[in-house]
Amino acid sequence: MKKAFEIIDHTADVGIVAYGANLEELFSNAALALFSLIIEPESIEEKLHRDFKVSSEDRDSLLVNWLNELIYVFDAEHILFRRFDINTLSENILQATCYGESFNPTKHKIKIGVKAATYHMLTLEENTGGYKARVIFDI
Amino acid sequence: MTRWQGQLIKVDDYRWKIPENYKAGMRVPGLIYASNEMLESIREEQTPEQVANVAFLPGIVGYSLAMPDIHWGYGFPIGGVAAMDMKDGVVSPGGVGYDINCGVRLLRTNLSEAEVRPKIGQLINELFHDIPSGLGSEGKIKIDQKEMARLMVEGARWAVKRGFGYEEDLDVTEEGGCLSGADPGKVSDKAVKRGMPQAGTLGSGNHFLEIQVVKEIFDPYIASIMGITEIGQILVLVHTGSRGFGHQVCTDHLRVMEEAVSKYGIKLPDRQLACAPVESKEGRDYLAAMACAANYAWANRQCIAHWAREIFSKVFGKTPEQLSMKQIYDVAHNIAKIEEHTVDGRKLKVCVHRKGATRAFPPRHKDVPQRYQKIGQPVLVPGDMGRCSFIAAGTDRAMAESFGSTCHGAGRVLSRGAAKRSVRGRDVVQELESKGITVRAENIPSLAEEASQAYKDVTEIIEVVHKAGISKKVAMAVPMGVIKG
Repeated sequence: MKKAFEIIDHTADVGIVAYGANLEELFSNAALALFSLIIEPESIEEKLHRDFKVSSEDRDSLLVNWLNELIYVFDAEHILFRRFDINTLSENILQATCYGESFNPTKHKIKIGVKAATYHMLTLEENTGGYKARVIFDI
Repeated sequence: MTRWQGQLIKVDDYRWKIPENYKAGMRVPGLIYASNEMLESIREEQTPEQVANVAFLPGIVGYSLAMPDIHWGYGFPIGGVAAMDMKDGVVSPGGVGYDINCGVRLLRTNLSEAEVRPKIGQLINELFHDIPSGLGSEGKIKIDQKEMARLMVEGARWAVKRGFGYEEDLDVTEEGGCLSGADPGKVSDKAVKRGMPQAGTLGSGNHFLEIQVVKEIFDPYIASIMGITEIGQILVLVHTGSRGFGHQVCTDHLRVMEEAVSKYGIKLPDRQLACAPVESKEGRDYLAAMACAANYAWANRQCIAHWAREIFSKVFGKTPEQLSMKQIYDVAHNIAKIEEHTVDGRKLKVCVHRKGATRAFPPRHKDVPQRYQKIGQPVLVPGDMGRCSFIAAGTDRAMAESFGSTCHGAGRVLSRGAAKRSVRGRDVVQELESKGITVRAENIPSLAEEASQAYKDVTEIIEVVHKAGISKKVAMAVPMGVIKG
């Protein structure tokens, strides 16, 4: 199986490169990559789920908005996710169900606090065998 | 990362120009403040390209400026300064950054190193215990939506009214700790929800509270007016910003600006430079929301400084008044401000973006506090936790050529990942301990990201701005104790 994502370095911050056989998988892997920056995803159990609906002007910013939505729920409500079922995905709309649990300081070791997904160096492209996207985060 | 190969024209030993014709679309030239030795590291990344890109923005006047602590940011470089004509210019959230009004506040004390050294462990532990820090930390102050709306409008004054600090703190805070034009109606529910529990928290990343010892005084007269009189005197420095609140305000308004770019037909070389005319609805809405986040950050630093005073008071058994814990100054280093500047002999109202840059207004400027009218605005330049920090003052030259701006800190040279690979958090703690610096952090492994090796030496940065004349070096202090998120 092809790897789901990689973590990349950026002087002031940190980024991810996510892969997917299709766009749904790409968006799901990008979300997983985001949470793997914050915490070891293995330490997150699937105790709750949350439905998301994100809209945007185009596909690139849909990816940024999707990740920012997850960051918001993490920062405001302290919920961590590890599985992301993308139910609907078009150029402008994404609907997903995400599975995870509330942050528990005795169990979860936070690695870094990701504060925003940026447009900086953002790429989302189709290549042989699927899609690839790069996102830099402000931390 | 590819090296930047563009042209830099030497103006003098500390000024390097990117000519306007470097790239079609630049409206003004770029100007980088740096020493010859720094140029190599500046060229290692595409930072100068970002300086050139900022020069594309409509209404930019003078130069697209970069301070010697520049490093690669999103869209705008960190350490960038750009002023846009209010008549036909734009405002760009990327020119402010995500952590709106990230800044520093400095308190003086009448304590000496000899008095504090035996109690440093206790002090740092109490501060660490009392001041909420780290990721997802929640404040000691509980506020509802109504209080949050007041906080957004009143800034540091909101905190003073509730007993956190003194009226006189406001006199020595940039903008009196309250940027006008704040409109909570322009702030999303999400930002409010993210901000409410985080008010009065230090946060994570490069934010810190430091107990410092004055090591050198370069200008005794200016220093004495600031209340810095002795080598060995203890100071307290707070570095934090607007937490998740500012990030959400920036994220929300970048979305709006994305659409504004096509609506107003603005051509940009980088999507992260998204902007809108200052006088458009989108531009005004951003500035009104940004002011809310700036005020949130001032309230935040006001509360944290107050708790630091309380802890000192408890540990030394004296009141903050007896310890003479007066605020020296509080400056923003991520902000956009409407100011009047003279450009090519014309007085212009401009929107000055300072992203990782500090205001450095000269003596006799109307926005400089009464107490500092003779010496100019205090400029606070923190370094990394293993080296030192500087106190400087604003100058007429800064007013004339850098829109009253100077550097803000050390500037990263290593990515967080590279820093972690080169040093471990625990080793950083040991190394600091061996230098006599006590450190407490929520997240020890991430301390490696903030190790000295990850930053430029702030001493070199301050030399450049001092010799270039855009600020005046006043004093230097080294850390004795640090708390970090």
